[in-house]
Amino acid sequence: MLAGYVLRLAGKNMLRHRLRTGLTLAGIAIAIVSFGLLRTVVDSWYAGAELGAAGRLVTRNAASLSFSLPVTYAERIRRAPGVRAVTWASWFGGIYIDEKHFFSQLAVDASSYLNLYPEYLLSPEQSAAFQHDRRGAVVGRKLAAKYGFKIGDTVPLQGTLFPGNWSFVVRGIYRGADDKTDENQFLVHWDYVNETIKNTLPAQAERVGAFIVDIREPTQAAAVSAAIDSSFRNSLAETRTETQKAFQLGFIALVDTILLAIQTVAYVVVLIIMAVMANTMAMAARERTREYATLKALGFRDGFVAMLILGESLSLSLAGGALGILLTYPAANAFHSATRDLFLIFQVQPLTVLLQLAAALLIGVSAALAPMLSSRRVQIVDGLRAVT
Amino acid sequence: MTALIQIRELSKTYRRGNQPVPVLLGIDLEIAEGDYVSLMGPSGSGKSTLLNLIAGIDKPSSGTLLIGGIDIAALGENELAAWRAANVGFVFQFYNLMPVLNAFENVELPLLLTNLSKAERREHVEVALAMVGLADRMDHHPNELSGGQQQRVAIARALITDPTLIVADEPTGDLDRTSADDVLNLLDRLNGELGKTIVMVTHDPKCAARARRRVHLEKGVLLADADAEH
Amino acid sequence: MNTGLSFSYVLRNLMARKLTTILTASGMALVVFVFATVLMMAEGLRETLGGTGSYNNVVIIRAGSQTEVQSTLSFDQANLVATLPGLANDGDGQLRLTREVMVLVNMPRKDGKGLANVIVRGTTPVGMRMRPQAKVIAGRAFRPGSSEIMVGAALTRGKLGMALGDSLSFGMRQWTVVGVFDAGHSGFDSEVWGDSGQMLQAFRRNAYSSLVAGLRDAESYADFAAAVARQPQLKVDIKRELNFYADQSENLANFIGVLGKTITVVFSLGAIIGAMITMYASVANRTREIGTLRALGFRRGNIVMAFLQEAMLLGGVAGLAGLFAASFMQLVEISTTNVQTFSEVVFRLRLTLGIAAEVLMFSVLMGVLGGVLPAIRASRLEIVDALRSV
Repeated sequence: MLAGYVLRLAGKNMLRHRLRTGLTLAGIAIAIVSFGLLRTVVDSWYAGAELGAAGRLVTRNAASLSFSLPVTYAERIRRAPGVRAVTWASWFGGIYIDEKHFFSQLAVDASSYLNLYPEYLLSPEQSAAFQHDRRGAVVGRKLAAKYGFKIGDTVPLQGTLFPGNWSFVVRGIYRGADDKTDENQFLVHWDYVNETIKNTLPAQAERVGAFIVDIREPTQAAAVSAAIDSSFRNSLAETRTETQKAFQLGFIALVDTILLAIQTVAYVVVLIIMAVMANTMAMAARERTREYATLKALGFRDGFVAMLILGESLSLSLAGGALGILLTYPAANAFHSATRDLFLIFQVQPLTVLLQLAAALLIGVSAALAPMLSSRRVQIVDGLRAVT
Repeated sequence: MTALIQIRELSKTYRRGNQPVPVLLGIDLEIAEGDYVSLMGPSGSGKSTLLNLIAGIDKPSSGTLLIGGIDIAALGENELAAWRAANVGFVFQFYNLMPVLNAFENVELPLLLTNLSKAERREHVEVALAMVGLADRMDHHPNELSGGQQQRVAIARALITDPTLIVADEPTGDLDRTSADDVLNLLDRLNGELGKTIVMVTHDPKCAARARRRVHLEKGVLLADADAEH
Repeated sequence: MNTGLSFSYVLRNLMARKLTTILTASGMALVVFVFATVLMMAEGLRETLGGTGSYNNVVIIRAGSQTEVQSTLSFDQANLVATLPGLANDGDGQLRLTREVMVLVNMPRKDGKGLANVIVRGTTPVGMRMRPQAKVIAGRAFRPGSSEIMVGAALTRGKLGMALGDSLSFGMRQWTVVGVFDAGHSGFDSEVWGDSGQMLQAFRRNAYSSLVAGLRDAESYADFAAAVARQPQLKVDIKRELNFYADQSENLANFIGVLGKTITVVFSLGAIIGAMITMYASVANRTREIGTLRALGFRRGNIVMAFLQEAMLLGGVAGLAGLFAASFMQLVEISTTNVQTFSEVVFRLRLTLGIAAEVLMFSVLMGVLGGVLPAIRASRLEIVDALRSV
């Protein structure tokens, strides 16, 4: 019975200083939203690596991604045990208008690439149109929406890796089979790029950035990878084969310092608001010294007063936390649309919400600690004399 | 018949830094059940300290303090709290009502430490508030009440658990004459009609005159008992 | 007429409520710490890549290729550049022109978490003389025509932890680390240097990545640029070496800057709220005191100033505390990938006077923003009402 009473009293005490309560609630909500957003940024970065079927392997030059492999490797990879199909892609890296209009472009083998990526949904007519036009391009739905690309549009690109001014004609716009599919790709014909650079950059002709390998048995990924790599050992261009997921995690490892920093900052914000909240509770408890002494004189135990302080602190922090969690969803959506080319998916994970709740709880408990302890220490006679 | 309050050789010393400051020096006092005693004396005489000791919100340095035969100085923190809840009603100079609670809830507060049902509590509170003449102010918060009305709410809160002892520390100190008279009349009724034992600290002679018995303190020592039976 | 309330009055009010002051100041100090760290990070990166190379050197890469790793320049192109006017001669009559090979090589990280992309630069004795800031601090320089390499000092620390005497394997060869050079916190510090000709052989290349030419003097750039423009078959982009590397850090520095400032703005909202709560409480606790001061003849303006000063002092103290903590972050060295060049870059956080001033001003501003509304409320109190409050 007392527990319910404590909560009701805590609620009433909260309303006593509406301004202060409002400010504290706003502070906690802001902190919980930032905490959630920062965690979601980190999650989404890693979530990108979950994209793509586990049954695909990526084979690239062992020296580094900046080295290419001869296209002739395709045949040898196809012969490795457990391989169902092989295709290839090269990073095109062209500039559209200027460097601010960045999007990724891949030069792919038009006849085989889309077969290995069944999650790119393209109508048979558009697919055929792409196959028949050497200067054709297939564009992801989101990318097309962002720059207003329509079927038949010509997209000029200035080459960086492959010198020259290029132009491609949009022949197809694909949709993703699910919301985990990357809809920001720009695919062009590797054959066309290859023919062109035979004159301008013969050293890079007949070479590809990476092979994508479809295997029969996803559980055999390690064995197939080893088989492919060993067949090129001690050759001019050794290979490194890994699952598509590991390949993408490798990219993330490059910026893991930044991710670590973001994560640290997410916890610092909780610390900051802990200090603000502890301050609010210390002030509230100090103002009520005489009330607490009166309660004790009336026969309430120390524990009751402590619960009263904890109850108020928790009500405040959890209300702020709940507000923050509710606001995280619209904030995440706004953040995602503001940076739509940066993250493929940007979803608040259940674990994040749980951590937000835990942070609110921690804030509430830690803020109440000091006032709870000092309320125990205060003698009734001194407390009754205290002037507020 | 043994007295309700039996005080023997009671002393209280505070420490200010390293300096011991004696406040009460070997007090001997008995207060009978149903008595109405005013403790008087200049400020610093120790009258409030004596009241606090009797009310069980402070602990003596030496001596015995039996109330209803219980040595309250020997009780632990929580036992003492339970003892106060059952046996003592408080009236303070500045009322000490909870500002967030209305009159009804303030009076109800001590009943939360009992096993009474919600309906029983309501009944008790309504009777108590009617007795102090504030039945129509149940929903008002302290800041909506005058000083005298607040003190009457505090008195209702003091008698709600039907304690044997009521302690009052300058109950009229913050009130105008009319309100003070209302409060003193109420205390008279508590003593006369309900037989409550009242110990009151005051420095106002008019106020002290209402008590059956006046006890004077000076520099921590009890002066001659100026008994005055009405 | 009166000069206002003394500073010690303001100070004592803060001291009177130690716990509240400390809690509020620590919240603000944490925000200051984050803000300072972010600025120091961006500054460190800017200084590292912006301080790479010399003003009088020109980097020449294939037109449109943007980075040295992506660029290829044929031997013919290189020979043609050597004939252009404006280039300086070395002491012994040799042209100050170095033909360089740049490759990105995967090297395992010491923590076992994947691979880092390290820049391996094939350079020449002339090239090394053109970068006098790179000094050998252990061992010796590589011998031309051998499989010897030297590594930047930053690579011996942090994630990669290379050491003198190590043997590195890339380009189907074993390379011996014979020296460590310190390029004074510049981007070169995160590179591996070896012989240009040996790199061409090892990586089976028949083209250079870039040429770096030494100008005769600062004014020769325009002449040289004009000479390049007169040779359209060259198809190269040129930039002063200093600007070339500075531009390469632009994206990462901007990213850190934008992310950091966004976070700081959001966090400072929380701290301003904290300051506001404290200052409102300070006003509420001292209502009677304010009434007394007004009755004594202090004007509303004096009261506003006293509370504003209190808030500014709070912000100032927090700023100093945050800055003090952030100064220790100068010991931190960050190793990450420059997303623009895709290569590992190691930089140290740098605290400058400018950053310190900016951060302190920011902290005082937080205090003022938190204090202005409470101060106005304090000055609006009517004397009679204020005196009557308990």
